[in-house]
Parts: sequence; C-alpha cells; structure tokens
Amino acid sequence: MPLIEVKDVSLAYDTPAGRVQGVLGATFNMEESEFLCLVGPSGCGKSTLLNIIAGFLTPTGGEILIGGKKVSGHGMDRGVVFQDFAQLFPWRTALGNVAFGLEMKGIGKEEREEIALQQLKLVKLEKFANSYPHHLSGGMQQRVAIARALAYNPAVLLMDEPFAALDAMTRDDMQRLLADVWKTTGKTIIYVTHNVAEAVYLADRVIVMTPHPGTVKAEIPITLPRPRDPLSVEFLDHQKQLLNYLGQGTSKAA
Amino acid sequence: MQDAAVATSTSERAGVRLSENLRVIGRNLFPFLVVAVIWEIIARLEVFSRRLFPTLEEIFSSLYRLTVAGILPMHAFETVLRLLSGFAIAAVIGVTIGVLMARSRRAEDIFLPLVSILAPIPGLAYAPLFLLWFGLGNFPAVLLVGFVSMFPIIFNSWTGVKAVKEIWVRSAQAMGADDKRLFRYVILPGALPYILTGMRLGLAQAWRVLVAVEMLAAVPWGLGWLIFGAREMLNTDVMMAGILLIAVIGLLLEKLVFEKIERYTVVRWGMITA
Ligand SMILES: Nc1ncnc2c1ncn2[C@@H]1O[C@H](COP(=O)(O)OP(=O)(O)OP(=O)(O)O)[C@@H](O)[C@H]1O
Ligand SMILES: [Mg+2]
Repeated sequence: MPLIEVKDVSLAYDTPAGRVQGVLGATFNMEESEFLCLVGPSGCGKSTLLNIIAGFLTPTGGEILIGGKKVSGHGMDRGVVFQDFAQLFPWRTALGNVAFGLEMKGIGKEEREEIALQQLKLVKLEKFANSYPHHLSGGMQQRVAIARALAYNPAVLLMDEPFAALDAMTRDDMQRLLADVWKTTGKTIIYVTHNVAEAVYLADRVIVMTPHPGTVKAEIPITLPRPRDPLSVEFLDHQKQLLNYLGQGTSKAA
Repeated sequence: MQDAAVATSTSERAGVRLSENLRVIGRNLFPFLVVAVIWEIIARLEVFSRRLFPTLEEIFSSLYRLTVAGILPMHAFETVLRLLSGFAIAAVIGVTIGVLMARSRRAEDIFLPLVSILAPIPGLAYAPLFLLWFGLGNFPAVLLVGFVSMFPIIFNSWTGVKAVKEIWVRSAQAMGADDKRLFRYVILPGALPYILTGMRLGLAQAWRVLVAVEMLAAVPWGLGWLIFGAREMLNTDVMMAGILLIAVIGLLLEKLVFEKIERYTVVRWGMITA
C-alpha cells in the first residue's frame, strides 16, 4: 500500500471576482522514502496542492490518505518548509526554532536541545545554534527551516520551492545538501519546484502538472544513479523530456 | 611588544568612543543651552516681573531646596505611583482587548466602533465625569489615567496581532502548537513590536492627563498638584522645578525602561532596527 494517496483532489478559491480553480482533479500515489518533485508552470496549483496535503487548505473535491488515514487539518506527521525566509521565528535562536516542534511534543529542555543540535549538524549549522535568524543569510535560514521541519521526526516532509529565492550557486549547494539529508534520513519528501534541473537532480519521480487549472499531466520516474551529474548526457536528456512535457522544449528537441 | 600594541589601540579606540559620546551629548545639549541663555536674558531684563519669571539660579535653588527637604521626592513618588498604577491597568486591559479584537470577529465588531469614538477625545474631557462618579482623591485619578492610556495600547495590540505573519502561524501549527501555545509562543512575540509602541504612546498619554487631574481630584501630593498649587502662591520657581522634574522622569522611563526592553527583545531579534 502506498504511503500517500492523492485521489482526484480539487480546490476552488472563492474570490471577490468569482471562483478560481486552484487544482483540478490531481491524482497520484507515493511510496515511503520516495523523493517526489512536483513541477508545473507558475499558477498551476503546486502550492495549493502542497497546502492541501499539509492540511492548511481543505479540498473542495477528492481526498488525501496518509498511511490509509484521511487527512483533515494539519498534523505532526507532516513537516513543512516554505519558500519564504521569513518562516523562522525571529524571537528564537536557530536552536530554539529547531526545538520548537519537540517543545510542542512535550520533550524536556535538555533532550530537545540535544536533538535540535543534531539536526543543525545535519544541515551544517551547529556553529550558529545560538544566532538569531536575522543574523543568518537566506540560505542558512532555509537550512534552519529544513532542520526545524525534520527535528520532530514527521513521516513526510513537504517543501514549497524552498530554494527558489537563492542565488544559483547557493542553490546548487543546498540541493546537494538536501540530497544528502534525504539519503541519511530516508524521509518521504514532496518537493515543489518550477526548476526542471532541480527536479531531475533530486527526484525519484517527477509529477508534471498542466497549466492552470492544474492537474497531473505526466509522471516521470528518474532512475539515474546518485549522486547525479547535472552535466551528463542522461541528465540533460531527462531535463529535455521534462521541458517538452511543460511545453517549453526547443523546436529541435520537439 | 605585540601586547603593548594591542593595548594602545584599545585605549585609543576607547578614547575615540569617549570623544564621540561627548560630541553626541554636546549636540543634544546645545539647543537647551540656547533656550537657557534666552531665558536668563528675559529674566534679567525683567520683561515680566521677577516673581513670574525667575532666573535660572532661583529655579535651581528651589529645585535643590525642595529636593533636600524631601518635598519634591515625595511629590514625585506619589505621581509616579499613580502613573504606574494607572498604566498597569491600561496595559493589562488594553492588550487583552486589542488581542481579542484581532482574534475574534465578534469582539472586533463590538469594540472597534466604541474605541474609535472614545479614543480621539482629549483625556481631560473625561475628568469631570470620573470625579462625579468616583469622588475626589486617588481612585478617580488612577482610573482616568488607566482609561485614557488604554486606547493607544488597544489600537497597537490590535494592529500588531493582525500583522503577525501567517507563515509563522502555519509553521507553528504544523509543528503541533495548539491555540494556547500558538498565542503564547507566536502571536505575542510576533506582535511585540507594536505592543511596545502602544505602551510607549499610552505612557505619554498617562503623563499628560495625570498631571492635570492631580489638581482637579484634589489629591494631597503629586507634581501636578505642586505645580498648580504653586501658581496660587505665584511661586514660579517651584512650578518650574516641578516641570523640570516631570521632564526628567519621563526621559528616564523612556531611556531606562522602554529602550532597555526593546533592546533586549525586538531589537535583538531584528524585528525593528535600533
Ligand atoms: N489565496 C488565494 N485566493 C484565490 N486564488 C488563489 C489563492 N492562491 C492561489 N490562487 C489561485 O490558484 C491558482 C494556483 O495557485 P498556486 O499558488 O497553487 O500556484 P503555484 O503553482 O504554486 O504557482 P507558483 O509557481 O507561481 O508559486 C492560481 O491561478 C492562483 O490565482
Ligand atoms: Mg507556489
């Protein structure tokens, strides 16, 4: 049985200008420890779908099952990392941020700080445990956010373009780091991006969405050996294939 | 050798910092110096009678005399006590109402129209009402101070809670924070920059109304009472001493209390720049 089942999920937003379809009938399954990338053009409903899975939005049609149980509302079985650097609590140090989920679970101070420090080590930030977020760079803040979402050990990690606002070089480092973290922790990860190279670098499988109103257009498994070489021919082939699905392929490739 | 070099450069740096500080102090003092000189000229020229416009020397000697006699400290103590009692009431009730308004649509519908109408009315306009209802003395004075200084605190807490980032709330909820802990660990610290601003404005309001109401409420001690009482006797030097003391206490509260709290919280967290 798959860990996550997304069954014909739709959501329409009510706006003053009328109803706007956010997602339309998305369906896919996910295995445990799988790294799934969700790609699609801007406005197709990737964030909407992720927020439904996270439980922040209630679908107007269809349902989502995690471990056979229907999702209703947010829960500690899912950790979330947003695109926005501002997601960290400015009034808590890096360590305090990472320990937050454990604190909510009722774990004692000493133990939770020890776990939080381990998580910070995982994202190579143990030296900055006592820094406040405003003293960290954007990339460092996103690493803290990842550590924070991992710390209370949710079964699933949901990430919405966490590195989109970073410069290209930092983003490459972050992707490598995330691939490592995934290898070490074996988490089930859903990762939203509209960067095709990022998807090919990270994913076991890529879900391509159609333009707005978004639904699932194709599922593409990526079986390249890891760590992946973004300059290899196979890598570029996969990238081309994805771009074609997104309707952005060059005429030669098409 | 190297140690000596380091020592020199630190003491040099300390010297630079000292002269920098002196310059800042000098710059801030200069306008006061100008006013003092003009004051002294007017006093010495006897544009007004000496009784109504005392020289600085007379003012400061009164200040000294009253301080040593323990009269001024006693007045100041009473005033600060009233100020802080009224302000404490305002802070507790103001933050509560402000937060309620931001968190509940019902509370907003009830309080916002009331607060919007009552807030712009000058605090002193309420004074006769409070004196009629609650008699003379401390009680109506403290109550009025609390009532008047509550409004800026309500408005700013309300705005502050509304300005708490949705992404913080979602992050906290995803990590398992229930409503109570969401409030304590996210909403309150998230709204703190606004709440502190509200308290600052509230304290300024409190000062303004307190000094006036001290006279109206016929309380036996207090700087406001001192100033108005001195007017009857044409003791302008005593009036000036009281006014100076009010300025100094206000400045101390601002520098020693609010700036400290801010530096320790919202500035340290990078939520506002110092
Ligand atoms: N809060 C909202 N209210 C109304 N409509 C919304 C809201 N959020 C999103 N939408 C609409 O739903 C559709 C999907 O938006 P969504 O944010 O999920 O797209 P996305 O794929 O994440 O885009 P991007 O890559 O730009 O982040 C869009 O057409 C958008 O206009
Ligand atoms: Mg999005």
